[in-house]
Amino acid sequence: MLILECPFCGIMADETELAPGGEAHVRRVGPEGSDEAFEAYLFMRRNPCGVHFELWRHAHGCGRWFIAARNTLTLEVYGTYPAQTDRPPAAIVRAIRRRVPGWEWQP
Amino acid sequence: MSLRLSSGGRLIERDRPLDFTFNGRRLRGLAGDSLASALLANGQMLVGRSFKYHRPRGVVASGVEEPNALVGLGRGGRFEPNRRATTVELFDGLEAVSQNHWPGLGFDLGALNDLAARFLPAGFYYKTFMAPRGAWEKLFEPLIRRAAGLGRAPEEPDPDGYEHFHVHVDVLVIGGGISGLQAALTAGRTGARVMLVEQGPHWGGRAPVEGVRLDGRPAAEWVDAALGELERMGNVHLRRRAMAVGVYDHGYALLHERVAAHTPGDGRPRHRLWKVRARRIITATGALERPLAFVGNDVPGVMLASAVRDYVVNWAVAPGRRTVVVTNNDDAYRSALVLREAGLEVPAIVDARPQADGPLVQRAREMGIRVVSGSAIAGVKGRRRVRGVRLCAHEGEGAVLEEIACDAVAMSGGWSPVVHLWSHCGGKLLWEEGQAHFRPDPQRPPTGADGAPLVFAAGNANGRMETAAALADGQVAAEAALKALGTGRERGGARAPLPAVAPEEVAPMLPVWLMPRKAGAKARMKMWLDFQNDVKVSDVELAAREGYESVEHTKRYTTLGMATDQGKLSNINGLAVLSEALGQPVPQTGTTTFRPPWAPVSFGAIAGEARGDLFQPVRETPIHRWHETHGAHWEPVGQWRRPYAYPRDGESLHDAVIREVRNARQAVGLLDASTLGKILVRGPDAGRFLDMIYTNMMSTLKPGRCRYGLICNENGFLIDDGVVVRLDKETFLCHTTTGGAERIHEHMERWLQTEWWDWRVFTADLTEQYAQIAVVGPKARALLERLGGMDVSRESLPFMEWRAGELAGFAVRVFRISFSGELSYEIAVPAGQGLALWERLVEEGAAFGIMPYGTEALHVMRAEKGFIMIGDETDGTVIPQDLGLGWAISKKKADYLGKRAHQRPHMTDPNRWKLVGLETLDGSVLPDGAYAAAEGVNENGQRKVQGRVTSSYFSPTLGRGIALGLVEHGPERMGEVLAFPATGGRIIRARIVSPVFYDKDGEKQNV
Repeated sequence: MLILECPFCGIMADETELAPGGEAHVRRVGPEGSDEAFEAYLFMRRNPCGVHFELWRHAHGCGRWFIAARNTLTLEVYGTYPAQTDRPPAAIVRAIRRRVPGWEWQP
Repeated sequence: MSLRLSSGGRLIERDRPLDFTFNGRRLRGLAGDSLASALLANGQMLVGRSFKYHRPRGVVASGVEEPNALVGLGRGGRFEPNRRATTVELFDGLEAVSQNHWPGLGFDLGALNDLAARFLPAGFYYKTFMAPRGAWEKLFEPLIRRAAGLGRAPEEPDPDGYEHFHVHVDVLVIGGGISGLQAALTAGRTGARVMLVEQGPHWGGRAPVEGVRLDGRPAAEWVDAALGELERMGNVHLRRRAMAVGVYDHGYALLHERVAAHTPGDGRPRHRLWKVRARRIITATGALERPLAFVGNDVPGVMLASAVRDYVVNWAVAPGRRTVVVTNNDDAYRSALVLREAGLEVPAIVDARPQADGPLVQRAREMGIRVVSGSAIAGVKGRRRVRGVRLCAHEGEGAVLEEIACDAVAMSGGWSPVVHLWSHCGGKLLWEEGQAHFRPDPQRPPTGADGAPLVFAAGNANGRMETAAALADGQVAAEAALKALGTGRERGGARAPLPAVAPEEVAPMLPVWLMPRKAGAKARMKMWLDFQNDVKVSDVELAAREGYESVEHTKRYTTLGMATDQGKLSNINGLAVLSEALGQPVPQTGTTTFRPPWAPVSFGAIAGEARGDLFQPVRETPIHRWHETHGAHWEPVGQWRRPYAYPRDGESLHDAVIREVRNARQAVGLLDASTLGKILVRGPDAGRFLDMIYTNMMSTLKPGRCRYGLICNENGFLIDDGVVVRLDKETFLCHTTTGGAERIHEHMERWLQTEWWDWRVFTADLTEQYAQIAVVGPKARALLERLGGMDVSRESLPFMEWRAGELAGFAVRVFRISFSGELSYEIAVPAGQGLALWERLVEEGAAFGIMPYGTEALHVMRAEKGFIMIGDETDGTVIPQDLGLGWAISKKKADYLGKRAHQRPHMTDPNRWKLVGLETLDGSVLPDGAYAAAEGVNENGQRKVQGRVTSSYFSPTLGRGIALGLVEHGPERMGEVLAFPATGGRIIRARIVSPVFYDKDGEKQNV
């Protein structure tokens, strides 16, 4: 039962207030994509043991989508930010690196 | 035989007798008794039968770890199965029954299994009941089901109340023993919000039983003083009878409080579930004593040594008059001393250690108790209760040296910290060689959202087994928790001095997993590891021999540590036996994963108030009350209630549906369509956005027009359909299915917010803002004209267009769309005017023979027209192309959601099942979901199929059964007859026809 901060409302939201949306920063593959690229887009997810980016919607709140950067093993939350971006903000990357030295963002 | 002693008993009130029954027998106990202590006080040693072999079983423990004494409690709706007699507080009129025997507890036919025990080893059900195939279903399974299983479920509704509480605290302290109390004091004194919970009815844990003295006074006095101080703190919340069930992510903890289980019918809720959000958690959950594995260690009368002294000290109950103590450690000597001080006989202390000479041993000797070191129990005499023990050398194979007559055995294999709650959320364990147990590894604790430690173990639960260390550890844990909170409070006050505790000198224990150490194979078949699940040393060794090296696999194969018990007593012993069999150290074997719940929780507590009318909210349309007063038969559609039909007096539902369909087809019908989803999509990029959401082109739709559209997900599967209306240049109103409104709104928002966030579009779900009424039938136009107002003629308002205007004084939007195939107007008004408009239509429609119709008539009429229904014709694997809806997929658009997926080989496979109509040859109605048989069988020996029924109704219009279905190459097979096997060996034959059964050219809706 996670607690995540909604970056729009600024409140700490209990998981029961939120709806999960799976892995974040997945790039859509459209009609021109190859079979391999489309398969990867549709089905392949990272499911890491460690740093992970997840989409969440403040379903019983403001209804907005945001992204949580968190550690699936330690349950540490590095931060949340609006989903209207294709990469984690620099502050989030710094927060992760402070805790996981040498960590690199991989699109 | 067990008995009540004439004096002592720190928890009982001798002047307050309580009457209760066990298996119908009237017995008497005392206020303060547990059910187990009251049964033992009445000489009731036999309390149940074991799970598999139905062996007679007695009380083993005194707390939540009790594996045997499971009883059914209460009667009728208040019946509760599988309650541990050791945790049930006695009350006047309590009714308990034993479980798992037939016909009776004393004489149990299932006990024949015991004679056949050598044919029922671990995993026997995986090996024995394999062939023939049919025998499993008809013979073995019913037999096993009757023989196995513990309690029975109650059969009547529970009359009691249950509730949920939510609370936020800084520190949750779990366990009300001295470590927990000290932790709560330490945290409470800083002003932090603290909650201290204890699963049992008493505070203080084991210290008062053990005769511990703090600052020279009995522990109970210190406990009372500590409670007094805590109660005076406004920031500390104390709860007894509140068991911590589990610890979850980010400091979420569940507590199960038995509020009024011991005072039934007093008006309070029976149980309460607490949902706690704690910033830090301290687990001061104590330790559990381990049994020893010797032959006959499951005979009633063999108990844990600590339980024996609990019964004597707390309830003045002795398990017998002559108790032999068997141990591998010093602690069990305390039981011998307690028994002796109570005036009972202890003929011998059997100590597996080659030498026994610690201070406790000395005291026992001084009291004249015989200590036999280096020895073991070769076997217990007696079947339904202990009659004696046979002694042998521990380092031998079990050659009997002597026999000692006794009627009880107190055993101790050492203590294991209760690490369950620590482990639930990822805390790791260390193997402590000296105590032969796992304890929390402080270097690898569960962590919280800030990455800092979340859970801190304290006292016995942290492997601090001596009083002084356990007490100090409560303080240490609290200080660490406060420090992790980062409030700076931990430096606030000076440390209050801890009470002085006399030092205890304890000699090392000797790990003993098998007694005697070289016991033979036959003996190992009579040494129980898991009493509740009837798992013996031989079973675990068999699992190891058969290759079950993982402890998780061994658990499932042997059932060691399964069911309601979860291995509270058996875990470490079983691991150690497995490790020895595998020839590896215990830490290498590891433990099974500890998962919530720590102990069983009632369904009532989980449900809380969510039952009956409060189970879930019911959504009502603005016209709901009218439907109710006009005899609607309701159909739940998601959380909505919609009228299924409006049967008249004496009319069957079926007849009502037929009447409603005929009336709509011949005169005029009225449908409450308010539940349809209505999503407003607005903005300069609205058209572009809907072109992505829908498979067809929406940007070209002209204001004033309507278009039927399909929505697919990125997998290409059809997820919703409905009519899109263009209100103006930048505004669309998207109708969705009743069940799809929220889902499709979320779908749109997700794409807008996470993919096309720079597009200038807003969406709003207006479903509940409007009432929508469909006026359907050849006389619909005449009715609207009678209402007066806007022009609804064919010329002014053609099919698939809409107009805003006024009808009978109501400001309305009128959509000329049809889901029935008839001339149809859907009229939308603000929700508050829905009922008034409906009543006006009914009133003015009387002259035209108007009748309301329900969802079933709607379904029949749409099926007669071959219109698909999301959830009937679609099931998450169907694409528009399967349903003959290829015309609604734009070929011009470069992209839409699902376009790439529609190009995948499986989606373009010509063998996909496609939509057709089905007409039974005999006019009967096909069963919904029936499969059309094909020739031959598949690789599993099952009949091959070539299609299935997706919708099936009796058509009043055609006077016969009609159906829609998906059939392999269906559209190319018109006229062919398929066979649908039905129940009872019947075969129904149906002809493949066009899915449009009625008005194929659509003339009626277009008039």
